[in-house]
Amino acid sequence: MNIVASGSAAIARAAGRASRAMGRGGGTSVPGVVLLRINPRAVDTIADRLGGGSILVSATNGKTTTTRMLGGALRADGAEVITNAAGANLLSGVAAALVGARPARPDTACGLFECDEAALPAVMARVHPRAIVLMNLFRDQLDRHGELEAIAERWQAMLLAPGALPRLVLAADDPAIAALGDGRECLWFGLDDPAVATGALPHAADSTRCRACGTPLTYDHVWFGHLGDWRCPACGSSRPPLDVAVIDAGLRGATGSDPLIRTPDGEVILHLTVPGLHNVLNAAAALAGALAMGIRADVAAAAISQVPAAFGRAEHLVVDGTDLVLLLAKNPAGANENVRTLLLDPGDHHILVALNDRIADGRDVSWIWDVDWEPLLPRVSSVTVTGERAHDLALRFRYGGLDPDHLHVIPDHRAALASAIAAVPPGGCLEVLPTYTAMHDIRADLVARGAASEFWVEG
Amino acid sequence: MSADVRLCHLYPDEMNIYADRGNIAVFQRRLEWRGLRLEVRGVGPGETIDPSAYDLIYMGGGQDRDQAVVAHDLAGSKGDAIISAVEDGVALLAVCGGYQLTGHGYTGVDGSRMPGIGLFDADTIAGDTRLIGDVLINATLDGQTREVAGFENHAGRTELGAGATPLGAVLAGHGNSGVSGGEGCTRLRAIGTYLHGPLLPRNPWLADHILGWALEHRTGSATELKALDDTMEIAAHAVAVGRAHGDRRERLMGRRG
Repeated sequence: MNIVASGSAAIARAAGRASRAMGRGGGTSVPGVVLLRINPRAVDTIADRLGGGSILVSATNGKTTTTRMLGGALRADGAEVITNAAGANLLSGVAAALVGARPARPDTACGLFECDEAALPAVMARVHPRAIVLMNLFRDQLDRHGELEAIAERWQAMLLAPGALPRLVLAADDPAIAALGDGRECLWFGLDDPAVATGALPHAADSTRCRACGTPLTYDHVWFGHLGDWRCPACGSSRPPLDVAVIDAGLRGATGSDPLIRTPDGEVILHLTVPGLHNVLNAAAALAGALAMGIRADVAAAAISQVPAAFGRAEHLVVDGTDLVLLLAKNPAGANENVRTLLLDPGDHHILVALNDRIADGRDVSWIWDVDWEPLLPRVSSVTVTGERAHDLALRFRYGGLDPDHLHVIPDHRAALASAIAAVPPGGCLEVLPTYTAMHDIRADLVARGAASEFWVEG
Repeated sequence: MSADVRLCHLYPDEMNIYADRGNIAVFQRRLEWRGLRLEVRGVGPGETIDPSAYDLIYMGGGQDRDQAVVAHDLAGSKGDAIISAVEDGVALLAVCGGYQLTGHGYTGVDGSRMPGIGLFDADTIAGDTRLIGDVLINATLDGQTREVAGFENHAGRTELGAGATPLGAVLAGHGNSGVSGGEGCTRLRAIGTYLHGPLLPRNPWLADHILGWALEHRTGSATELKALDDTMEIAAHAVAVGRAHGDRRERLMGRRG
């Protein structure tokens, strides 16, 4: 590292320590903000020192889980991995991770960064990755990003920018992502298991028109959201052939799944402890990313199987003897997959849904109406709604047809958690579906009750 | 049993970006709770509209690509059928993109023009920033004025013609253009507005007013709607009003550190 970059990095690290000492959250992005202010080129310098190169992961949904799985694979292959903390996924978070890194063997260390969709072009311009994994674009927090078309256009422009193109690892099932690979060398991943198809596009699916000619797409199979085996009846464009294909999702209810995945290295089987079809697809993305980084499929498969749930993503906890599972639900596509995962469990359900409307959640709460809660409602014994917009959730369930006797409106999250836990009979499980900041609020309550560890310690 | 209110849902697949189905659910349940039945028929691109077959027309907002498809489809006889329905007393609610396309049209940042059907004397030109946030208006319908709370997120700046009537006066937020002080547009039993969130769940008064119009069209005489227990709706309305009045800043500042 040159002297200037090294000096800038030291100042930035000190700022991070100061921030933590003042109790400002985890302080995870602060050194990055400082570094970008005093010497933005230092980010390039530090990133370019990583001998193993870097890989970026972006998507609306699943990027945190996929990044963790990919981290497991890279470590199993013997690399020292420099990675950003969950949620610190803007350029400042990536810069902070690079500043904080003191790799023992820089010649073989590699960077692995989860990137916010809007921040991806800026991160790519500074980090010069070897590969990028792009998984899906769903409508999310429209007031923060603008509509998803704008993101798709910025990603396209990013790939047209001068400089070496990284290895592209793309979701073939998402028409908007597939369009990014047109005419480019890609590693395509996706699902090929008709047994898990839903039969029809859900309400309010995105990206269902042909990117080339505008005609509505037809789907031979829909997996979830607008992801599926699609083709255009007019111009003939269709889902690209899969290089990494889930040929049997192997869903095992709420406890996990055992997907069988075909790769250019042959078939591998994974044993995931995170449930649901979306996590099977996350694992396929991580496996494809690992292959792009030169890791053997069997090594990656074994490592991905060992990765526990990410912070708040199907995270299991025990609170005063009651089982609790945290399922982050920050947008319609993610919430729909959570609902579908809950339905895999045949028993009665007790759910706590928490809705905040701060910047990180999206200030517009209208998306709760695009979630298909209805199939779950006949099977819930109690629904507790909480958070700053608890009353809007209450209306969502009221107009969705929930029996009012089952609905409890408790805006204060601490009181709501206590009440929801009390409503669960012995041996039952409370399923908690919070938005991003609501998850932090509830997790803070769980930490206070000794049921969970603090977030920045976990990283 | 024939339906008590027949709803034409325009472009349910293309124009649904702001949780428009919440508005439809409110129409359906608030009739059902009163022993009345709503029939919903979706009408998509390439399908025709019989103006005499409906009591209520709904159109939501879409992404730019979809909105362009819809603008093209509405041009000509379909747009004329909507105008003729409204002139015959059918109620209409058009939100966001639906509002823009029921006006004269929309000019994008790049100068491209999406034609509208001209039901409302309103024209929209894209601005270079989006007008986003909570919004509160004093809405006036048939001489009654009530506060209506919602969320807005639009790049378009809509200007009303000299004879056009806004839905309401902006108390907080941006409204049609951010500068005119007006929000939305009304004509006969038609309402165009930027307010979503969705609009109707936390503004039950407005939902019932529109349903009253639709029932009157169906039966030929004014119908008294039975009162419902709106405790939850009123609580959610109060939160939305608080947001629009800007308690957000204090709330966020108070939580730090």
